[in-house]
Amino acid sequence: MEIAVPLVPMTDEHLIGQAAGGDFAAFQELVARFQVRVFGVARRIVGQREDAEDVTQQTFLSLIEHIESFRGESSAATWILRIATNHALKLLRKRRGLPTVSMSGPTDDDNYSSLPHPDFIARWSATPETLAQQAEVREQIESALNALDDKYRVVFVLRDIEGLSVRETAAALDLTEGTVKVRLLRARLMLREQLTREFGDEATRLFPDHEHG
Amino acid sequence: MTCEELLKALNEYVDDETALAVCQEFAEHLAGCNPCQVVVDNIRQSIALYKAGEPFPMPPEFEARLRNSLQERWQQKFGKVG
Repeated sequence: MEIAVPLVPMTDEHLIGQAAGGDFAAFQELVARFQVRVFGVARRIVGQREDAEDVTQQTFLSLIEHIESFRGESSAATWILRIATNHALKLLRKRRGLPTVSMSGPTDDDNYSSLPHPDFIARWSATPETLAQQAEVREQIESALNALDDKYRVVFVLRDIEGLSVRETAAALDLTEGTVKVRLLRARLMLREQLTREFGDEATRLFPDHEHG
Repeated sequence: MTCEELLKALNEYVDDETALAVCQEFAEHLAGCNPCQVVVDNIRQSIALYKAGEPFPMPPEFEARLRNSLQERWQQKFGKVG
């Protein structure tokens, strides 16, 4: 008689445990679950496809190397995206010949003074869902993201696109939560400005009747 | 709450408008300040736009290359792929 096995999908953390014990199928399943996210994060941080491929490959090779060191202190997703982010940042540093990590330490911009003030304020002419269907829009939003300084872009990618919490983003980047929050705010304000210039309906443009400062 | 204070509290409000002590103040400001209201909407729409897009497609030839290199490394480490 066949025994009915309940079809409960294994959690990501469970798969890591199995893989650490030498189960290649479990590892392959993990790769299948995360490769698109890892590639997306890499692509958005490093910009180019070939570099994103290198980062993706390095990430999963590191995962094999360090699979036993996963302690479950964070979710599997946070752990894997952290490794991917580190490889992506390493590549950026190498490409730019910088000796230090661009993420590290609070800088002059990491406070709430002189925030970029909203200038072009208008309602958008279409919903994000409609806009997202258009290939041209996709290029525009990626180029807006690309124009951000690395330290802002990385925080926006992990927090707002990948959906990590502020705490997880801080842990992934070795930053304080306070620094993550202020960088996130700057990233959001800069992207809002740029995207509203592109997708805002000029006819609905508003000019604050009081000093917005 | 001034517009400047609103700007600083924007993150919390955008992320979760029910969780914050300042949200009452925030809501009051928004009700009387149309530009700030639109700014908050714009930010939410910007985030939604990035989330709504299709993920970057992985090139199939890269996927094959990735699979091979991982299998090779796995064998070096564990001696088998079974």
